[in-house]
Amino acid sequence: MITQDELRHLAKLAKLELSDDELVKLTPQLDDILEFVSQLEEVNTKGVAETHQTTGLQNVYREDAINPCEIEKELIECSPHKIRENSIVVPRIM
Amino acid sequence: MTDLTTKTLAELSQLFQSGKVKSREITEAFIKNIEARDGEINAFITTTFDEAREMADAADARFQNGELLSPLDGMPFALKDCICTKGIRTTSASKILDNFIPPYDATVWKKLKDAGVVLLGKLNTDEFTMGASTENSAYGVTRNPHDTSRVAGGSSGGPAAAIAANFCAGTIGTETGGSIRHPANFCGISGLKVSYGRVSRYGTIPMASSLDTVGPMAKTAEDCAMIMDVIAGNDLLDSTTLPDGDLNFSRDLEKSISGMKIGTPKEYLSDAISADVMTVFESAKKILEELGAEFVEISLPHTKYAIPVYYIIAPAEISANMARYDGVRFGKVAKDASNIEEIFSKSREKFLGDEVKRRILIGTYVLSAGYADKFYKKAQQVRTLIREDFSREFQRIDAILAPISPKPAFKVGEKTSDPLEMYLEDALLSPSCLTENCGIAVPVGKSRENLPIGVQLICPATKEAHALRIAHQMEKVVKS
Repeated sequence: MITQDELRHLAKLAKLELSDDELVKLTPQLDDILEFVSQLEEVNTKGVAETHQTTGLQNVYREDAINPCEIEKELIECSPHKIRENSIVVPRIM
Repeated sequence: MTDLTTKTLAELSQLFQSGKVKSREITEAFIKNIEARDGEINAFITTTFDEAREMADAADARFQNGELLSPLDGMPFALKDCICTKGIRTTSASKILDNFIPPYDATVWKKLKDAGVVLLGKLNTDEFTMGASTENSAYGVTRNPHDTSRVAGGSSGGPAAAIAANFCAGTIGTETGGSIRHPANFCGISGLKVSYGRVSRYGTIPMASSLDTVGPMAKTAEDCAMIMDVIAGNDLLDSTTLPDGDLNFSRDLEKSISGMKIGTPKEYLSDAISADVMTVFESAKKILEELGAEFVEISLPHTKYAIPVYYIIAPAEISANMARYDGVRFGKVAKDASNIEEIFSKSREKFLGDEVKRRILIGTYVLSAGYADKFYKKAQQVRTLIREDFSREFQRIDAILAPISPKPAFKVGEKTSDPLEMYLEDALLSPSCLTENCGIAVPVGKSRENLPIGVQLICPATKEAHALRIAHQMEKVVKS
């Protein structure tokens, strides 16, 4: 059902740089799993609504008030990259 | 004095609050156990003994001044390592977070801290909680204290083993597809999977957001109830939390369960259940009958589709949640990356483990154009059918009694080569996880090889107090 080429493409979409060994190992494993989950095809779901969430909660709002973030600096400093003017420095992207 | 570490949380709390024992004394007793035996068990990823001693001394000072904060004050806990602790390393058992020190606390830990709890450290799990044996941890497998050649179960194997090995008085685990009840069963402890939204997940590192829950794991249901009294409730920082309702889980533990109707699902009692597990299940049934419960056979016809549904929905949500590990904002970055694309892909390749990659890829596949309807939409529909199975039966029963795993704890390495076989460990747990309902693992008996075996009670959403009450009364009979 799934080929190594397809898996390579999926990995690219998911930003995973898989090695050739991993591709060889993962392809049959994923194939097994996808075949297993395909058994859902036998269930009649005509007219059945999809479950997107289970709480039934809707439009959970909080008061529209400005609350300062007191750990802004600490959050940015979690980055493994250089920090300059409260921003994370990464290689050029354009 | 008898060994403090074998006592329940409720017993320790009473000893401390009546002035018979100091928090520091209890804390040192647990530290001694951890130092003696965690080399073999590997329940902890990080220990925080210095902080624990300070916190215990502060609790002892509060006792002296008559300023105790809660029944949990001074009680030594440890947390599954997917729960953020300000200033203390939080890895979620992944190399990509090996150096991550959160600048804030998860709500569940903040509530415990405000209640006076002492933190002994952070506990092992499958990487990002993905697994059923804790063998997917980047920090080594956690071994079962009852037989160290066997797994502790998972993904909350660290918490389950830590309780079973007398390393701490209480723990917090998480469950997405069975991760609290499964290891609780393998290690012979109590573990509560709360109703979706009952406990805040703010600051708990997510796996699959429509399924993730945070809950207590401890020696007894009474202990779990004490913890729930502190951690449950609505949280402004987690918009999926339920309105509060009644948040007293300890009050009615002793109230009679006579006349309660309990269902046994025929689909859970197939030939796959081993003789040992069946024997324990029958003895649990007998205990409940003696306590006055009435049994009804029920049917949950879509049970066999729960694992397929779970392994579409969970990976779909995982592939989205794992996108945050990009080597930019936190965690590790691959040193050999020369441009932004490589920062993403090389960091993820290098620091994420096999199971995480498998699930990211499955999730990416089932959500991709052309397959989303066939897989994802279909799974969301079958999820509805599974929820309807439960809600239909809950109209005539108060709780469901069922086995947890077909067999007791398996050997380390026994199932690692076949991911699908590992997934099937949760066949009797994932159905209720796909619903809003709650469930509890109750330690009841032992196998012929002396391995713990429990049963699960599943109750409707927000009925944790019922589940805890039934479990508590069963445990009292088992102990007597």
